[in-house]
Amino acid sequence: MPDTNTREITFAEAVREALAEEMRRDSRVFILGEDVAEAGTPFKVLSGLVEEFGTKRLVDTPISEAGFTGLAVGAAMTGLRPVVDIMFGDFITLTMDQMANQAAKVHYMSGGKWRVPMVMRTTLGAARRSAAQHSQSLHAWFSHVPGLKVVLPSTPYDAKGLLKTAIRDENPVVFFEDKMMFKMKGPVPAEEYTIPLGVADVKREGDDITLVATSSMVQVALGAAALLEEIGVSAEVIDPRTTWPLDEKTLVDSAKKTSRAIVIDEGYGRYGVTAEIAAVIAEGAFHYLDAPVKRMGALHVPIPFSPPLEDVTVTTERSVFDVARALCNRS
Amino acid sequence: MSTVTGQPNPKAETKLSPDAAKWLRMYRQMLAIRLFEEQVNELYTRALMPGLAHLYVGEEAVAVGVCEALQNDDYITSTHRGHGHCLAKGASPNRMFAELLGKEAGYCKGKGGSMHIADPATGNLGANAIVAGSVGIATGAAFSSKYRGTTQVAVCFFGEGALGQGVLYEEMNMAQLWKLPVIYVCENNSYTEYTHCSETTAGDMVARATAFGVHAETVDGQDVRAVHDVTAKLVERARRGDGPAFLLCNTYRLHGHHVGDISREYYRSKQEERLWATERDPIKLLSNWLVANKHADAATLDKVHAELKSEMQKAVEFAIAAPYPTADKASEDVYA
Repeated sequence: MPDTNTREITFAEAVREALAEEMRRDSRVFILGEDVAEAGTPFKVLSGLVEEFGTKRLVDTPISEAGFTGLAVGAAMTGLRPVVDIMFGDFITLTMDQMANQAAKVHYMSGGKWRVPMVMRTTLGAARRSAAQHSQSLHAWFSHVPGLKVVLPSTPYDAKGLLKTAIRDENPVVFFEDKMMFKMKGPVPAEEYTIPLGVADVKREGDDITLVATSSMVQVALGAAALLEEIGVSAEVIDPRTTWPLDEKTLVDSAKKTSRAIVIDEGYGRYGVTAEIAAVIAEGAFHYLDAPVKRMGALHVPIPFSPPLEDVTVTTERSVFDVARALCNRS
Repeated sequence: MSTVTGQPNPKAETKLSPDAAKWLRMYRQMLAIRLFEEQVNELYTRALMPGLAHLYVGEEAVAVGVCEALQNDDYITSTHRGHGHCLAKGASPNRMFAELLGKEAGYCKGKGGSMHIADPATGNLGANAIVAGSVGIATGAAFSSKYRGTTQVAVCFFGEGALGQGVLYEEMNMAQLWKLPVIYVCENNSYTEYTHCSETTAGDMVARATAFGVHAETVDGQDVRAVHDVTAKLVERARRGDGPAFLLCNTYRLHGHHVGDISREYYRSKQEERLWATERDPIKLLSNWLVANKHADAATLDKVHAELKSEMQKAVEFAIAAPYPTADKASEDVYA
C-alpha cells in the first residue's frame, strides 16, 4: 500500500468511494435497491451519491428483492453493470432463484455467449440485537454455487479495492459487508488501486499457528493473536478475502509452516465456509499438521434477540485464544 | 425478422403485395416450427435425443405472430417449451438440432440443451427451464434499452402456469412504474403440465396485469394475423415510451406436456384434443385463409412444405453427424 496521500476513512466511506469512482469511470454502472437514492440506505453507506449521479443511476425499487435482482441479471446481460443492494444478508433467500438459477448459470448454459457482469452488495453479521431475520451470515450459500464469486472484505482498504474489481468483473459477484464494520476506520490511499479476487492477505505473520479468518472474524483473530503473543504463541492471521475464487495455496502454505490451523467465520460451521477451508488445509497440508484443523463458526441456532443470548452465538477473541492455546498444548 | 429457413424465391416474392409476402413468410415460419417439432418427436421417440422434449405443436401462431413484429436486435426470453420462439426469432434448425442432441455445434455448445437455447445474434436471451424464470431477465433487458437510449423492445414469453409465480408481479409492477419497453406474452394453453388452469388460477388472468396499470390485450392465439397485428401495436407503443404490455394469447398444446406424456385422458379428453386439431390448428387456419383469399394456391403451399421437410431432414442429419464436445469442455464457460 503506498503511504503517500493515505487517509483514515471508514469502511462505509471506502465502499462509497469505490462506487463513486466506478460510476464516474463507467456510465454503465448503476445502483438498484431499496432506499438507495435520497435515503442512501438505512446504513447511510450510499449517502451523497444521488446528488452526484441522479436517480437514473441510483434506482429506488419496490420491496421486491427477487424482482429487482432478476431485473439486474437482464440488465447485465444487455450492456449494463448493475450493483444490486440487498439491505440485509438475510434477504438473499428471496433472490435465490435469480442468483443461483439465473445469474450463475446464464454464461454456462449459453455456451459462454451471454455474460452477467453484476454485483450484489449485501451484509452479514450478528451483534446488532436484530434477531433471527436480520443477523445471519449466509455467504456460504452463494459460495456453493458454480458461476458466482463471493467477496468478504475485512478492512476499509480491502473493501474499496475489492469492490472496484468486483464491478469490473465479467461475472456475478456477491459482496458481503459486515454491518458492525461500517464505522470502522482504516488507512485507504487517495490514489486509484484495485485488489484482485482470489488473493488472500496475510494480516499478521506468525510461526506457531495459522488463524484463517473472514470478514467480521478477522479483527477477532487479530485480537486473539495479540492475546496468544502474551503467552508466547506466535499466530499467523490469514484473510482469504474471497471464498470463491479461493487462494488455496496461501492457506495451505501457512498451515505447512505453522503445523496448526483454526478457521474462523461468522457463518454456521456445519457445511459452511469453515468446513470447506478446513478441508482444503487438511488435504493440502496433512503431512505437516501436528493437530486436527479446528473450525469456529456461529452457534448452530437461529440468532436470538436477547443480548446475553445473542452474544454467545458469535466467536470471540477469548474463545479463539482458548482453542488455539489448547491446540498448541499451552496451559 | 429473419426467416428460419432458406431464402424465399425473389421472383415469387415480387409478385406479392407486402402484406401477402408477410403472411406467406409467417406461414412458412409456422410450418417450419411444426416440422421441426415433428422431427424432435421422432428423435426423442427413437431415443436419439437425451433429456426432455416439450413440443410447441399447436402454439406456433403465437411465436410467429409476435416475432414477425420484432426487429433482429429486439430481445426475447423463452421457456422450457421454447423451440418455436427461438426459431421464430431467427435460430437456424441445424444449430438448434445440434444443441438438442448435446453436440458441440449447438447454440450453447451442447451445454444448454432443449430448454436453454440462447443466441445473442438474434436477441435471444435464452430459454429458461424455471417457470417465470426469465421475467426478470426480460424486464432487465427492457430497463437496459431505456437506460442506454435505444428503441429495443423485450418480449417475455411464458405459459399461463407462470401466473402462479410471484416474481412475475414484482416485474410487472416495476415495468409499469418505470415505463419499460417490455411485452409479457402469456401463452394460455390451458394446461399447467397435467392440470387444467382453472384449478390453478383464481380470478381473471388479464386483471393481473391491469391491476398494475399495465396495458393488456387478449387475442386468439391460433390466428397468426391477429397475434401479429396486436403485437405490432404493442411494440410500437413500447418503442414510443408508453411502457409495458401484457398480451394474453389463448392457444392449445396439441401434444402432451412432454413427449412421454401419452395417456392424457385423466386431465383432458380426446374429443377436446380432436376439436383443437381439426378446427383450431393455426397452420390450417392460415393456409385455408391464404387459399380462400387467393394469396396462395395449394400447389405453392405444398412446395413450401416439401422444401421445409427436406431442410429439416438435412438439419437433423447435420446434428446427428456433428461431434459431441470432448469431456474437458465440461469445465469451460463457468466464468467469463
